[in-house]
Amino acid sequence: MRKKFLSLSTVGVPLDRVNVDTDAIIPARYLKTIKRTGLGEGLFFAWRYDTDGKERPDFPLNRPSFRGGEVLVAGENFGCGSSREHAVWALMDFGFRAVIAPSFSDIFHNNCLKNGMLPVTLPAAEVRSLIDALLAAPGAKVQVDLVEQTVTGPNGDVHAFGVASFAKACLLEGLDEIALTLADAGEIDRYERERKKATPWLFLDLAG
Amino acid sequence: MPTLFEKIRDRHVVTARGDDVLLYIDRHLVHEVTSPQAFAGLSAAGRSVRRPGAMLAVPDHNVPTTPDRSVRIEDRGSREQIQALRENALGAGIALFDIDDPRQGIVHIIGPESGLVQPGITVVCGDSHTGTLGAFGAIAFGIGTSEVEHVLATQALWQKMPLQMRVVVAGTLRPFVTPKDVILAVIAEIGAAGGTGYALEFSGETVRRMSMEGRMTMCNMTIEAGARFGLIAPDEVTFAYLEGRPLAPPASLWDAAVADWKTLPSDPDAAWDREVALDASNLEPHVTWGTSPQDALPVGGIVPDPEKQEDPGERARMRRALEYMALSPGTRMTDIPVDKVFIGSCTNSRIEDLRAAAAVAKGRTVAPGVTALVVPGSGLVKRQAEEEGLDRVFLDAGFQWRLPGCSMCLGMNPDKLKPGERCASTSNRNFEGRQGPGGRTHLMSPAMAAAAAVSGRIADVREVAR
Repeated sequence: MRKKFLSLSTVGVPLDRVNVDTDAIIPARYLKTIKRTGLGEGLFFAWRYDTDGKERPDFPLNRPSFRGGEVLVAGENFGCGSSREHAVWALMDFGFRAVIAPSFSDIFHNNCLKNGMLPVTLPAAEVRSLIDALLAAPGAKVQVDLVEQTVTGPNGDVHAFGVASFAKACLLEGLDEIALTLADAGEIDRYERERKKATPWLFLDLAG
Repeated sequence: MPTLFEKIRDRHVVTARGDDVLLYIDRHLVHEVTSPQAFAGLSAAGRSVRRPGAMLAVPDHNVPTTPDRSVRIEDRGSREQIQALRENALGAGIALFDIDDPRQGIVHIIGPESGLVQPGITVVCGDSHTGTLGAFGAIAFGIGTSEVEHVLATQALWQKMPLQMRVVVAGTLRPFVTPKDVILAVIAEIGAAGGTGYALEFSGETVRRMSMEGRMTMCNMTIEAGARFGLIAPDEVTFAYLEGRPLAPPASLWDAAVADWKTLPSDPDAAWDREVALDASNLEPHVTWGTSPQDALPVGGIVPDPEKQEDPGERARMRRALEYMALSPGTRMTDIPVDKVFIGSCTNSRIEDLRAAAAVAKGRTVAPGVTALVVPGSGLVKRQAEEEGLDRVFLDAGFQWRLPGCSMCLGMNPDKLKPGERCASTSNRNFEGRQGPGGRTHLMSPAMAAAAAVSGRIADVREVAR
């Protein structure tokens, strides 16, 4: 059972950059773990800290008014690059529960949904206005309502977003997707029996 | 009228749920970084691996590329992940090419090399560069760790149908212009997010004339344009590459397999959601200036000026990239000095890449102050290169000749850039800190990287080799 996604009313954290890649979200040296926890420490490491390990005061995550925010608002193509799910684990470990952006990389988007984190896609102009509002009033709140599929900005502006119905159900109920698929195990068995006849070379055992 | 992608997809649908289909996965490759949590999750839920015989495991991201690696790996995290992979593979009965196996290498190199990647299959790996394998006419894509766990347990994945894009490349490539230059030009054209939501099929006479190695380089970097899938229709080049490989269809099934594969190419009247045409006949060797793979330009070009960019978002991105790269607008690309040169990675560490680099290195010397690494993609590539004497060429020229692994592509093992160092690299990502914190990356082809090594700066290989 994964964490259920509940509606949020939280400080919105603006990250006014495009193409935020997963190497920036969590550098590779933090991937040397066999656990899913504790990755928040490495989140945006090179952007949060200078080369002496001191916090960069101007980076949004370091500004006192944005601390504790659970919604990140960023530019297009968020989460591009590596498939590392550690990027989602790091964001969640740090405290984020949703990311709002004009677009996400496909793999990162999937990884969010598998972990109970909500990726919200809004038109670029709406994301721009949210980022501007959050920069103008640091610490202002953003509401994310998954049931109604709306984001409410600091100025009371309401933005509707789309979400696939199955993904929505999984998020709201914290469903175990593997258990659901295993309920179809009979179908998978049937598929394998048929394909073994059609393409037997794909059923040779690689371990010999 | 279906596309290659649609034909393969249709034969892998187990069941459907709204717009999503449960796609059967024929082959699953695993490496040490993105799999431990998946095996742990499986075990915690009391589940087992459904079809271990469909999988192949290999350590690659973390492994040092120096000979001492078989004695001891200094880094504890790396050691633990490699050990976890070993235990998980052995425990489940999964084939493993372990660290001292002569077949060990980068996961996307060894899959094709072993013959297990074939036309018409679905193949996944917890790595975004899995698209590489689509060069065989397969649905090959990168997945996250939760999806790795899902495949371990069910041998299937829920997927949405991606949009279909065709990139048609025409023209004969000029000397020293390679598939790497073609794909960099494609990414520059459609942008780092231009392929998001798409499966991208490469076609056209230029692609038809490419070797499997070159086709893999093309498909390897489709993810850098945002597309999880890159595909190339299988043809005689594909079949010739596969025949006789250990995990290819055996002789008794070969003819049936080839007959089946010949039905796969996209129909002439297939419908595309987007089509892109590229005339490659005048293409120049390409190199990147910034921190996104889309920042590629011909080597004869100059560092662009953000102030000439009209879009404010793009202007801000370019300014930031130039600041990180410590470059000024107007600088000629060939005036940029390099500290390190990396020839390797799942993009460019196959035999053909090493031959191209060696042809430039031969009889020349790595420039003073430059450290240059050549890292073959697998033990088998390394052996073949040594049989051809390429290792001697590199060593005589002052390059280092290493053991196979991901090496300096991603800053996860001892091969990495120091802060501020600048690297000519044949890898696939020039993101901030990708090759090590504070490191600066210029992407290019193996021949161009070798030219940079002997020149001490980014250089036009056509002038160096003249």
